[in-house]
Amino acid sequence: MRQLQEINHCFIILIQQADVEETLKRIESHKGVIGTVVVNAEGIPIRTTLDNSTTVQYAGHLRQLTMLARSMVRDIDPQNDLTFVRIRSKKHEIMVAPENNFLLIVIQNPCE
Amino acid sequence: MASFLIISDMFTDDAVNAFSIPTQWRKCQTAQNSRSCQTRPVHSADVEVQTASCAQNSTQTIPQDQVTEHLCQQNCTESVPPGLLEFLLGVEDFVVEELNKNFQSHAFDGFQANWEDPSVLVSCFHCLQHPSAQEKGLHVTSVCWSSTGSMVVCGYGRVDDGDWITERSCVCMWNVDRGSLCDNKPDLVINVPTPVTALCCHPNQPALFAGGLYSGEVVIWDISQTPDPELAHTVMSSDSHREPVNEVAWVPLQKKGEFGVLSACSGGRVLVWTVGSDPGTLVLNAAYAFIQQQVPHSSSSHFKASGSVGVTALALSPWDPDTFLVGSEDGLLLKCSFSSQTPAAVPADGAGVASRAPAVFSFTPRSGPVYSVHCSPFHRNLFVSAGTEGSAHIYSLLQANPLLSLRVSDSYLFQAQWSPTRPLVFAAATGQGEVHIFDLGHRSPRPAATIAGVPGRAATCLAFSRGNPHLLAVGKADGTVGIWKLSDDLTEQSPREISLLDHIAGQVAE
Repeated sequence: MRQLQEINHCFIILIQQADVEETLKRIESHKGVIGTVVVNAEGIPIRTTLDNSTTVQYAGHLRQLTMLARSMVRDIDPQNDLTFVRIRSKKHEIMVAPENNFLLIVIQNPCE
Repeated sequence: MASFLIISDMFTDDAVNAFSIPTQWRKCQTAQNSRSCQTRPVHSADVEVQTASCAQNSTQTIPQDQVTEHLCQQNCTESVPPGLLEFLLGVEDFVVEELNKNFQSHAFDGFQANWEDPSVLVSCFHCLQHPSAQEKGLHVTSVCWSSTGSMVVCGYGRVDDGDWITERSCVCMWNVDRGSLCDNKPDLVINVPTPVTALCCHPNQPALFAGGLYSGEVVIWDISQTPDPELAHTVMSSDSHREPVNEVAWVPLQKKGEFGVLSACSGGRVLVWTVGSDPGTLVLNAAYAFIQQQVPHSSSSHFKASGSVGVTALALSPWDPDTFLVGSEDGLLLKCSFSSQTPAAVPADGAGVASRAPAVFSFTPRSGPVYSVHCSPFHRNLFVSAGTEGSAHIYSLLQANPLLSLRVSDSYLFQAQWSPTRPLVFAAATGQGEVHIFDLGHRSPRPAATIAGVPGRAATCLAFSRGNPHLLAVGKADGTVGIWKLSDDLTEQSPREISLLDHIAGQVAE
């Protein structure tokens, strides 16, 4: 019975994992998307489609920036909260979606 | 008992043999041999096999390629963190919507943030000169920027004189980042016994630079070393150059991070030097020779000459470490390979390194000497050549004919160089003293900017700075070096430039 439960648990994890990958793939398949990174509450990238060093750079900088932006928004109006960060650069547009202590970072090349 | 009695009746007397059995008591002290034996130690080995349980679990349920992917992810992240799926599903719609909107939006088209006041003018920043060299009437023959972009190095010599010159010359350095820069007083002057014909700064180390001299010597200076900055030089031998060195360049060697010096002279030889075990001397590492008979002639060339090919221009490909380009006195443009094994048809007079013939492909020859070749830093196939014809030609490495020919000047062109930041921009120094900067993104064949010069004072050399892309150094025949600050439209890359460059490179030459 216990074994069955464990197998069941593993199965659920696998299904969840497949769902997670699928969601990321769906986002990835949009036009111009260069990469996606998911960062957890500790600031550690847990899912990425970029190479290691780029991932670490994006994760580190954007987490700091998002935290700063969020505290700015809440400082000005405590009832308010940050929902989305978009950064436009000459080459890319970087989008950061913060929620539940996770960050989803999507890097897009909009003029391709 | 009764039967016994009956039998005993029938018995007769008989002599019974007595058996005696000697007692063994106290006599069994006979020799006893003690023997021992030992079995061999038992060999035993333990082998443990452990299978990863997760591997078994998942191979049954999902296809093979996904299994490996999941496994390695499971190893590093253990499992899906709680809430990740909910988070992703929650933000997906929003992000996707934004991505789509963003891709269709034209809100930012042509938008440029102005972080600084835009500089629309090309302006002269400094006009550097070394009075004692100017008194002698020496020309600036070459300029280069150190790898950091703060030091500009210029070499003095002559461009108008075909005679054998023995007058002393010098190499001067200015640090343009220094606040106390004095236009008339170089930060460092290195005296050289013969005129300087070529200079090249080390790609990584800001203190190192190589120079070629009129006497055929190649020298490496290290300006961090005082009071004598000369690190190494070539020794006159049958292997070394015996004619003016027209170009020097740092070339990466097989061992990563190590560089040798490539030098080319009008004697038709290109040599690779390395710093030898003897301090202060350069050792020949490889030799290449250009002989007319061994040059691959393209179909459009009609002349067949003999003798050696005087090398006047040299360029390394930043994309392919095996390739280098050579321009010659008689207008040849050759693509060469460092790894060529063809022996050169020259008498092996030197005891050392045997010369090889490196040319693998010949482009359409020009009608006069080619003074400058430079590979594009943004496209692996493009290069620009310039020479006495007065036109700049843009070639693809894959085609013999030039893709584009731009009429720059009625006079000579001494140097053409691509911008390190704008893929479509190159500059050309003319014999009339002007420097024309061309933008291939413009429709008209006219230069995007022109730095005016005094007629008769030829612009002999120019150098874009990689470390400080706003600056352009221009060396003149009157012994001055102008440091020009370029406008933003000549330094800021626009989004669609690379694709336009690809388009140019993909054209078929007529």
